Amino acid sequence: MVTALTLGISVSAHAATIQISMENMVIAPLETSAKVGDTIEWINKDILLHTATARNGDWDVVMPPKKTVTLVLKKAGTIDYYCRFHPNMKGTLTVAP
Amino acid sequence: MFLRMSAAIAAVSLLSGAALAQGAKPSDPQIAHIAYTAGVIDVAAAKQALAKTSNKDVKSFAEDMVRDHEAVNKQALDLVKKLKVTPEDNDTSKSLSKNATAKLAELDKLKGADFDKAYVANEVAYHKAVDSALETTLIPSASNAELKSLLQTGLKIFQGHEQHAEHVAAGLK
Repeated sequence: MVTALTLGISVSAHAATIQISMENMVIAPLETSAKVGDTIEWINKDILLHTATARNGDWDVVMPPKKTVTLVLKKAGTIDYYCRFHPNMKGTLTVAP
Repeated sequence: MFLRMSAAIAAVSLLSGAALAQGAKPSDPQIAHIAYTAGVIDVAAAKQALAKTSNKDVKSFAEDMVRDHEAVNKQALDLVKKLKVTPEDNDTSKSLSKNATAKLAELDKLKGADFDKAYVANEVAYHKAVDSALETTLIPSASNAELKSLLQTGLKIFQGHEQHAEHVAAGLK
């Protein structure tokens, strides 16, 4: 019980930065877990414009070629997302509260 | 349908066999020219579609074609400039361009759903042909490593285009 409380406090004190890359028309990793308050670093390693667009409308990140764009996660949920320009590119982000 | 099939077959044989049959494999300057020409052709087809379509999926697909092919072609131009290679016109590029002009004229006569179906069907066939040519001829024949790498990147992108086109085509049925 005490251990769980301690863990709870130390986890929420540090928001994590998590990297998701788009390279060679592939999202990696395909499935990512995060929590509210974490920052996603979307790294576009391709020569093309990509997006990370949440199907539920929560966010729509546009990533210019060879650039990294950050997104702070504000809402919990299991979010399927895709690239609007290359709809075969799909991933899932599970955001814990 | 028969017209589209034969156009696709013609494109494949031009790219992979007949036009290159007379000699050795294509040189790097010829490969650069063929790849660039193939991209220019798809941008022109997309611009025709953007002018004619009112279907949002077709419009979205055509915008992707313009965006992606212009980006790849820009990379190709930057690369040949860096390598001091001058793209060399050749029979394959000429045939591709000639067929593309004929296809634009054919599609120009269509409108509405007929245009949409024909445009997307041709995009499927065209990307299949270009992907096949990249895999069987252009990539294996490329001597310069950076050119080969760019062609491989192009192949990944254009395979995605093929799938996207197939998906749009299915939605138009």
